[in-house]
Amino acid sequence: MSIRISQIDKTYGYKGHGSKGHGRKGHGHTRALEPIDLDIHDGELIGLLGPSGSGKTTLLRIVAGLEQADSGSIHFGERDVTRVHVRDRRIGFVFQHYALFRHMSVFDNVAFGLTAMPRSQRPSSGEIRSRVMQLLEMVRLQDFAERFPAQLSGGQQQRVSLARALALKPDVLLLDEPFGALDAKVRQELRRWLRHLHEELHFTSLFVTHDQEEALELSDRVVVMSNGRIEQIATPDTLYRQPANRFVFEFLGDVNRIEGDIEKEILTCGNAWVAAPGVENGRQELLLRPHEVRLDEQPSPRAHLPVSVTAVVPVGAEVRLELEADWLGEPWLATISHADFERLAITRGKRLFAQPSRLHRFDTSRPQTLAPLSVS
Amino acid sequence: MIAHALTWRRERRVLPGFGLSLGISLTFVSLILLLPLTSLVGQLSQLSWSQYWFLITDPRLLASYGVTLFGAAVAAIFNAAFGLLMAWVLVRYEFPGKRLVDALMDLPFALPTAVAGITLATLYSSNGWIGRLLEPLGISISYTWIGIALAMAFTSIPFVVRTVQPVLEDLPAEVDEAAMTLGASDSLAFRRVILPYLWPALVTGTGLAFVRSLGEFGAVIFIAGGKPYETEITSLMIFVKLQEYDYAGASAVASIVLATSLALLLAINLWQGRFIKRLHGGRG
Repeated sequence: MSIRISQIDKTYGYKGHGSKGHGRKGHGHTRALEPIDLDIHDGELIGLLGPSGSGKTTLLRIVAGLEQADSGSIHFGERDVTRVHVRDRRIGFVFQHYALFRHMSVFDNVAFGLTAMPRSQRPSSGEIRSRVMQLLEMVRLQDFAERFPAQLSGGQQQRVSLARALALKPDVLLLDEPFGALDAKVRQELRRWLRHLHEELHFTSLFVTHDQEEALELSDRVVVMSNGRIEQIATPDTLYRQPANRFVFEFLGDVNRIEGDIEKEILTCGNAWVAAPGVENGRQELLLRPHEVRLDEQPSPRAHLPVSVTAVVPVGAEVRLELEADWLGEPWLATISHADFERLAITRGKRLFAQPSRLHRFDTSRPQTLAPLSVS
Repeated sequence: MIAHALTWRRERRVLPGFGLSLGISLTFVSLILLLPLTSLVGQLSQLSWSQYWFLITDPRLLASYGVTLFGAAVAAIFNAAFGLLMAWVLVRYEFPGKRLVDALMDLPFALPTAVAGITLATLYSSNGWIGRLLEPLGISISYTWIGIALAMAFTSIPFVVRTVQPVLEDLPAEVDEAAMTLGASDSLAFRRVILPYLWPALVTGTGLAFVRSLGEFGAVIFIAGGKPYETEITSLMIFVKLQEYDYAGASAVASIVLATSLALLLAINLWQGRFIKRLHGGRG
C-alpha cells in the first residue's frame, strides 16, 4: 500500500511529554517538523535517516498515528488516515526496545493482535495457532514459542516483535530504529534478514535510523532529514554520488576539508596549493572523501599538498590513514589500497604528498565536483 | 585446604563498615523486634495447650476474628481498586496540585491513628456531617462493619498507592503503544497488558494493606463501638484482656494476630518470588 504524506508539520508545546498541548505556538515551543511532503510507493522500503533531533522519529510516529500532526494529511493508498486512531490504521510498528509484553510467552506476544480482534472477526484458536506458528517459523523462532521475552537475546526479541507486528498483515510496516539497541554483528545479520523478508513479502515499509550504512544498505530510497526538514530523497547510490547539499555530503561519510584563497583557479593554503579548475577567485572551502585522496612521494604539477602520516589502520580491504600538516585545521582521513600502502612503504611519521582526485564545493546553488588532477 | 581457608578469612571487603553496621542493625532488631516477641512467648508459656486452645476459641473472640477478617478484606479490596486509580492518576496525568495530592497520600501514615479514628467517628456518627446525610437513607456507618472497613481502608491506602506507583512509573509508554498498534481497545490494553504488568505490585500492596488492617486498633475502635459479637475487632479484645490484667489471655490473642500477619507476609513474599521467577522463564 502506498503512503502519501502531504504538508505534515508539528510543533511541540513547552512541555515535552505528558502534556498533549500541541498546536499552540509561541515562545519556548520547538518546531519538530517543517511541512513535509513524501510519497512512498507500494512495496517500497524507505529509510528515514538523520541525526538525533532531526524529526525522523516524530514523522514515523505521526504516520503510525501515535502522535498527531498539527496540519497536513496522510493517505494509505486511497484511504485518508489523518484522523484515524492508531488502532484502526492497520500498521505494524516495531519499537527500538522491542516493547514485548514481558508477562506473555513468545507465542502469546505474537498472537496478541489476533486475539485482540472483536469476537466477530477473530479467527478460531486453531487458525490463530497455525498463523502464529507460521510467523514464528518465518522469524526462525518456532522452538521458542513457550519462552518468555526475558529468556531471549536482543536479536531474538526484535524478531519476535517483528513477527508480532506482521501478524495482522498490516498495510504498512513502521520500524523505529529497529536495530539500534543491538550489537554490531547481530545488527548486520538482522538487516540482511529484513531485506530478504521484504523481498519475499513486499510490505511497504518505513524505518528510522541514524546509521548511514544501515540506511544505504536496506533502503530502496533514503530520506535524509535534518532540523525537521527533508534534505534529500534519493536512491542510496544517487545519494552517495550526488548529494544535494553539504549536509547530506557530510552526514553520509567521513569528510576532509581544505580552506584557502583561490587565485587563477589555484587554491593556496599556507605552503600548500591545489588546482581548483573553474572556481572563481576568493576564499573557498572544498571538501573531499577519504577515498578521493591519493598519496605520492612527489608533488604533481597540479597539487602540492605536503602531509605526514600520523596513524595507520591496516584493517579490512583498505588501509586507513590519518594525515596531518601545518596547513590543515583538522587531520585528513585517507583510505588507500594495500598495494599502494606497500609500494609507498608507509609508516607513521612518513612525509608524502596528497593528490585529491576530486574536490566538492557546496556554496554554489548546485553542488559542483572538481577534478583537479585532470587538465581542464 | 588450610591455605584456602586462611585466604578466605583474610579476604577483605571493599565496602567498609560491614561489621559495625551489621552489628548495630542486629542489636536494634533484637531490642525492638525480638525482645518483645520473646516476652510474648514467655507469657504464653504460662499456659498449657488446652488452656491456650480454650482462650483462643472463646466464642466472643471467634466472632471478633470474623469481624476483623471481613472488615480487612473489604478494606483491602476497596484499596486495591481505589489505590490503583490513585496511582494511575498520579503517574499518568499532569494536573495542578498533583504534588499536593501525592503528599496527601502519605497522610494516613503520618497521622496518629487515634486522630483518624476520632475524626471518622465524628464525621460518620448519626449526627456527624456525613452520617446525618446518610441516616435518612437507612445507612449507618458508625458502629457497623462499614465503619470498621472504612477506618481500615483509611489507614492502609498508602500501601497500595506506594507499591503500585513506582512500577507504573517504570512501565514504558511503548508497551501500551504496542498494544494499540496491534488494534487493542483501551480496556483490552489495560486488562491484558498494563494490569498484568502491575499485578505483582498490586497484590503485594493489597496484601500489605490487608495485614495492616488486621492489626489496626486506634482508627477502628472509635467508629466500631465495640459491641461484643458484632463490632468487636480482635485487637480490641487484646486491649480488653489487658485491662482485666489477663496478660496470658492477651498474649494468646496477640499470638493469633501475629501468626496470621506473619503467615500472610510470608505468603506474599513467596508468591511474588514465584511470579518474578516466572517472568524470567523458570516456572515455579
